Amino acid sequence: MRVDADYGESVPLWRVRAGLFWATTRRNWRLFAATRIGLAGLGIISLYALMAIAHPLLIATVWDPAIYDPVIGYAFDQTVQPAPPSRAHPLGTDPLGRDVLSQLMFSARTEFVLGISAAVITVTIGTTVGAVAAYFGGVVDAVLMRLADIMIMVPGISVLIVLSALVGVQQFELALVIGVLSGFGGTAVLLKSQALSVVVKPYIEAARAAGGGPWHVIFTHIVPNLLPLAFLYMMFTVTAAIFSEAVLSFLGLLDVRMSWGLMIHTTESAGYLLDVGNYWWLILPASLSITLLCSSFYLVGRALDEVVNPRLRQR
Amino acid sequence: MTRFLLRRGLQILLTLFVFVTMVFFLVNAQPGDVSNFFALDPNIPPETRAQIQERFGLDQPLWRQYLTYLGNFVRGDLGTSFSLYPRGVGEVIAERLPRTVMLFATATVASFYMGFALGKIVAWRRGQWFEYAATVGGVSLYTVFTPWFGLMMIWAFGYKLGWFPLGKFLDPRIWSGAGVDANTLFGQMLVAAGLVSVLAIAALVAARRRRLPHTTLIGVGVLAAAGAAALGAFALAGTAHLALDVVSHMVLPVVTLTLISFAGTMLLTRNSMLETMREDYVLAARAKGLPESVVRDRHVARNAILPVVTSLVFSLAFAIDGGVIIETVFSWPGMGQTLVAAAQQEDLPLAVGAFVFVGVFVLLAHLAVDVLYALLDPRIRL
Repeated sequence: MRVDADYGESVPLWRVRAGLFWATTRRNWRLFAATRIGLAGLGIISLYALMAIAHPLLIATVWDPAIYDPVIGYAFDQTVQPAPPSRAHPLGTDPLGRDVLSQLMFSARTEFVLGISAAVITVTIGTTVGAVAAYFGGVVDAVLMRLADIMIMVPGISVLIVLSALVGVQQFELALVIGVLSGFGGTAVLLKSQALSVVVKPYIEAARAAGGGPWHVIFTHIVPNLLPLAFLYMMFTVTAAIFSEAVLSFLGLLDVRMSWGLMIHTTESAGYLLDVGNYWWLILPASLSITLLCSSFYLVGRALDEVVNPRLRQR
Repeated sequence: MTRFLLRRGLQILLTLFVFVTMVFFLVNAQPGDVSNFFALDPNIPPETRAQIQERFGLDQPLWRQYLTYLGNFVRGDLGTSFSLYPRGVGEVIAERLPRTVMLFATATVASFYMGFALGKIVAWRRGQWFEYAATVGGVSLYTVFTPWFGLMMIWAFGYKLGWFPLGKFLDPRIWSGAGVDANTLFGQMLVAAGLVSVLAIAALVAARRRRLPHTTLIGVGVLAAAGAAALGAFALAGTAHLALDVVSHMVLPVVTLTLISFAGTMLLTRNSMLETMREDYVLAARAKGLPESVVRDRHVARNAILPVVTSLVFSLAFAIDGGVIIETVFSWPGMGQTLVAAAQQEDLPLAVGAFVFVGVFVLLAHLAVDVLYALLDPRIRL
């Protein structure tokens, strides 16, 4: 690093950190951009993000809320519901007379909020558990890892189905269950093995010698070094969260205003499910959106894997 | 190996205990109890509610309820279902568990075999179009929205082409007046399938040990012969057409479940093969002049299989969830469909019972993977 030569003594610490951060980001971006699948995934994610942002703007300007509201709107301009695609409704209307495109765009925001909250919970739990297990070792490590073994085997969607019978599941509970299962399970195990290689580094010993307590060392020195890897597992958690949400609302077990899974559920309960040829706009847009968004997060995860994992990159 | 399996078995028993305890306290953490269902019913006075509480032991301290629950669980008493009253939860599960086992076992074996075979080829033809086609196809199937994919399979093969039934377990038109219980017949089929596969695997292993040529051919031949013999036995008993009816209902769910889950095994096999291919003994095998297929199957794949088998444990949860979805979409009356239906009808005893059995099922599958691993890895076996 040319930090000392360039900045000299008087440069504040944050500028050095920002410079370093910028340099790493640029290097990693170049590696990431070299994998085509990652770029394709990122493209699809951006497209859906744009849709999520555009929806409130369209409602505020062009679309009349009485017609285009994703939940309580009704297409008064159509005589038959579900109406086929037209100029006013590019993807037609659903059996209850609501605009499909508007529902699709509104739900994109739901999915992003859900995916990101599940991912944040996963990373918080995963890094903490991994770092604590690696730092303390011994009994703490054994107990945490046996718990993780159990968590790995828990089928998340089945748990959510039972919970929906017991308490009723909303978006937040879903994000919490998926986040805890993945954060305490697979992510914790993988991050712990990474944390083991961090714990033996000289700067950890230096931090301890300087009088740093265990929690100080864990949260200011170990966890930040786990974050790049944790970011990778975030992607897989997002996939799992969006998928589980879609399955649960498809089964009609989730308490949510509007989502892609619920759109298919509406189609199913109205009896249009197997008539794909004549009513394609009722089933294809929502199903393809779930599939595309899930697989693009998965692909971005795999591309990031090649960035942070030099063993795969060399091949 | 016995010590290894004994230790794993003990661990799994302990896990089961923790799991059952967690389920009990999860249910009890909910406010109120069963008698609350009648709280708003004017025909049920408070005294009757108190009686209900007493009858179900809900007035006793939590630790005593917990002990009763554990005792009942060990004795196999899981309570009475609300939606299928007056049938017991245990009875319903005993009826539906074999169907799930059959579906799940067939699909798991098929997807593992398919993923491993494709992964071998993909790793060997690195950088060719076949690799890209298999990877893209596999990943899309792996991340596809499962219910939709199942529906598309029903739409294409059941509705448009009409090759297979649209769902369910059997066709009542064929079964009416058959004079044989569907579950009895299904039990016989399960036993027959188990015997046939054990026979085929034994033949394959014996052929490998004796170093006979064409081992795969021998295995497939024995499989076909034993399958034909089983079918002949059913025909003699006069139930062959009924058995075939159940099989034809099973084809589509099994194929769907296989297609959505083979990609995980395939990608892992590819990575594991690529790592093994760089070992010195592979170079030595090639230098000896062994044919490529022998190097691939006997030297690389045999060693690359270990991490793939380990990963089966990680994919269990995924496969179980996939099974729940597939059973629901195909109306296959197994544990997964029971779980969903119980949740939709708020049939608490059945939902909890089915969930506990899904847990038991996961743990047993875990044990099976451990046994397989011990058989494959001499470092554990010896």
